[in-house]
Amino acid sequence: MNALVKSWRRGDPMVWFTGSALGICILMIVGLVLVILTNGLSFFWPKALTQLTLKDGSVLMGELASSEPIPNPGHPDHLQKQRLLVRVGNRDVYGFDFKWVPEGDIAKQERPRDAYFVERREYGPLLGTPVRVKQGDKILAEGAAAVELALPGLIARAAEDRSAIERIEKHEIGDINYEIERLRLESRALDLAASRGQDVAEKRADVERATAAQKALFQTKTDELAQLTERVAGTWVAFVTADGQEKELRSLDIYRSYAANQLTLLGRLSVYGGRLWAFFIEGPRESNTEGGIFPAIFGTVMMVIIMSIIVVPLGVLAALYLREYAKQGLLVRIVRIAVNNLAGVPSIVFGVFGLGFFVYTVGGTIDALFFPEALPTPTFGTGGILWAALTLALLTVPVVIVSSEEALAAVPRSMREASLAMGATKFQTILRVVLPAAAPGILTGLILAMARGAGEVAPLMLTGVVKLAPELPVDGFFPFFHFDRKFMHLGFHIYDVGFQSPNVEAAKPMVYTTTIFLLLIVVLLNLTAIVVRNRLREKYKTGAF
Amino acid sequence: MSQGTTKAPPDSGLRIRTEVKAAVAPAADKGEPDITIDAVNLSYGDNHVLHDITMAIDDRRVTAFIGPSGCGKSTLLRCLNRMNDLIDNVRITGKITVKGLDINAATTDVIEVRRRIGMVFQKSNPFPKSIYENVVYGLRIAGINDKATLDEACERSLKGAALWEEVKDRLDESGLGLSGGQMQRLCIARAIAVEPEVILMDEPCSALDPIATLKIEELIYGLKDKYTIVIVTHNLQQAARVSDKTAFFWLGRLVEYSPTADMFTKPGDKLTEDYITGRFG
Repeated sequence: MNALVKSWRRGDPMVWFTGSALGICILMIVGLVLVILTNGLSFFWPKALTQLTLKDGSVLMGELASSEPIPNPGHPDHLQKQRLLVRVGNRDVYGFDFKWVPEGDIAKQERPRDAYFVERREYGPLLGTPVRVKQGDKILAEGAAAVELALPGLIARAAEDRSAIERIEKHEIGDINYEIERLRLESRALDLAASRGQDVAEKRADVERATAAQKALFQTKTDELAQLTERVAGTWVAFVTADGQEKELRSLDIYRSYAANQLTLLGRLSVYGGRLWAFFIEGPRESNTEGGIFPAIFGTVMMVIIMSIIVVPLGVLAALYLREYAKQGLLVRIVRIAVNNLAGVPSIVFGVFGLGFFVYTVGGTIDALFFPEALPTPTFGTGGILWAALTLALLTVPVVIVSSEEALAAVPRSMREASLAMGATKFQTILRVVLPAAAPGILTGLILAMARGAGEVAPLMLTGVVKLAPELPVDGFFPFFHFDRKFMHLGFHIYDVGFQSPNVEAAKPMVYTTTIFLLLIVVLLNLTAIVVRNRLREKYKTGAF
Repeated sequence: MSQGTTKAPPDSGLRIRTEVKAAVAPAADKGEPDITIDAVNLSYGDNHVLHDITMAIDDRRVTAFIGPSGCGKSTLLRCLNRMNDLIDNVRITGKITVKGLDINAATTDVIEVRRRIGMVFQKSNPFPKSIYENVVYGLRIAGINDKATLDEACERSLKGAALWEEVKDRLDESGLGLSGGQMQRLCIARAIAVEPEVILMDEPCSALDPIATLKIEELIYGLKDKYTIVIVTHNLQQAARVSDKTAFFWLGRLVEYSPTADMFTKPGDKLTEDYITGRFG
């Protein structure tokens, strides 16, 4: 008893309490990372294809996704039997991707050697055995072995053809469309000018001539595209599904295929790497359930960068005024409290403000003043990357102000005095001595702001993020950066893929994979800022900082 | 090396007037009054710190201010380049002229005053910049960005501060990486780079070891050929070693002001005698 009291007085239990609290925190964080990593990284791993013959004679084939006990409340076999979730694919044939199969119904399990997993443009994967390749009416290969030989070449050609088609569709025809739209707006502007009594006949003739030329060009390119598509679309690959249905697939629509049950470890790794890379560099397909997330990565990074460019000068200037110029008193104290509280306002509130102020008021005014020819279609008067970045800048500016103020306050008085005694003005002192000395602390504020900004989703949904943005906010058209464009964002993409997609079961693993990328990007952005800060610190290393 | 990029506006009136020195210096006889302090009173709010100080400081001589802590010697020193402006609630009356310029007059530009009167502080305070940038700081803020001029000023000032040999190969390194004594000499180099007329030193050796102190003292001895130096010190031996005249302050009053040799051999006041013989302090 005495020993227990002594131990209590010494504070031993406190050590245990605090230690356990820390331990729990670490466990939770490690658990979070592990859950995301295991779920996300296993998504691309090619699984074996299993063919199941059921007791009623029906046959199905697919990847075994998971298994669970069958609930049957009130009966003795409640949770006693297992059922398997099989990813059967072939949504165009069956109408579903996944199927539950009670374990008891399975008569036979096997892994057919020729079973193929085919990634294609639409309807999710196709699972089946290849039977023939034909071009028009001519059969190029017959039988699984022959088709297997032909497939890699076909797929490589398909990739080339697709990029050729995309080049014409997106770039050449896209450019023409962009030009036609620009001319339409110009002609509209001329209408407006004419209604004000200006003589626009000459310009109008120019515009009309240019439009006619572009339209002719458009026709040529469309014909060219039609010819190309005609030429490359003639090759078909036929597969037969496990239950004997034959399905023909244009070779052009095949993205990747592999014989899942023949893959060696190296083969699996190469499929895995290829899928991961494609996920990184490709745009999404099939309402975001297939394809990659590159536009979302691009949008996230660009938005964070724009936000940083806005928030740092704003926050640092505000902090400079508060710390260096303002007369310290009640008013400054109130402002400081208000700034601190701003950091605690729910982010959706900022979103509402951004929508009401930036998008409708500021954007609407800009449209009325500078883009009257496009009205009633809004240019800046609708959500866009600039408004989203501004809203997030507003959301994160308190963080920057607070840490900048602390950094400024930490610059020793003796250093300011030295500068002033040299005959520097206050402004020169701040610019040349105080700000450089405070730079590492200011960067710490930026790091915190970026970490918060990159992870926000709610305000973005109101101010410019969309499910699918056809164009990146940066392209080859003047002025290259299109701040009025809507964009994709990883945070929103996670929500969209996980909960808004028509095929939730198939898209679920993508939630984790996208999360990994979001985490990676936040870490990378932060690392960059941390490296810059450490360089600055290293440069003027001293005991004072 | 981080080169400052901002320039002061060319017509801001902040140019260094090196020609002033050239025009005035030869005319003034060595030992003539350079700074006159006339009936200066200073108070921080209700706290009356300096009482009716009147004295004249000789040109190109070293004048030491001594006295116990809180006697106002540093405050008086900071009056000379108007560093007290930085403190709220300061009231100063009386007149201080430096080379005929009334430094507290409404028409006097405080920037100009500080440009002409350099200062070295108790705690060495180099900027978080390279050694080179530290030295040429005063020139840069005056809008001088000509590389040749800056290089010349840097070398001349570092030689003047007896630091050149030690740092000439690492001018790009941070000024904060030097030793304590080197940092203080860097601050002196920074002060003399703009060729001031007066250098104020506020206990420049109090944070240094004896060897570094000795170096600074030798430096002060050499500098007085070109500059009027006012030094505040707690170290009476130092005052005796480096100064030509010594002023003893006590409770905000100037008790005695006489040539150093006289003060330390036959002090004219009982208080002075008690202080320099160590009876209080």
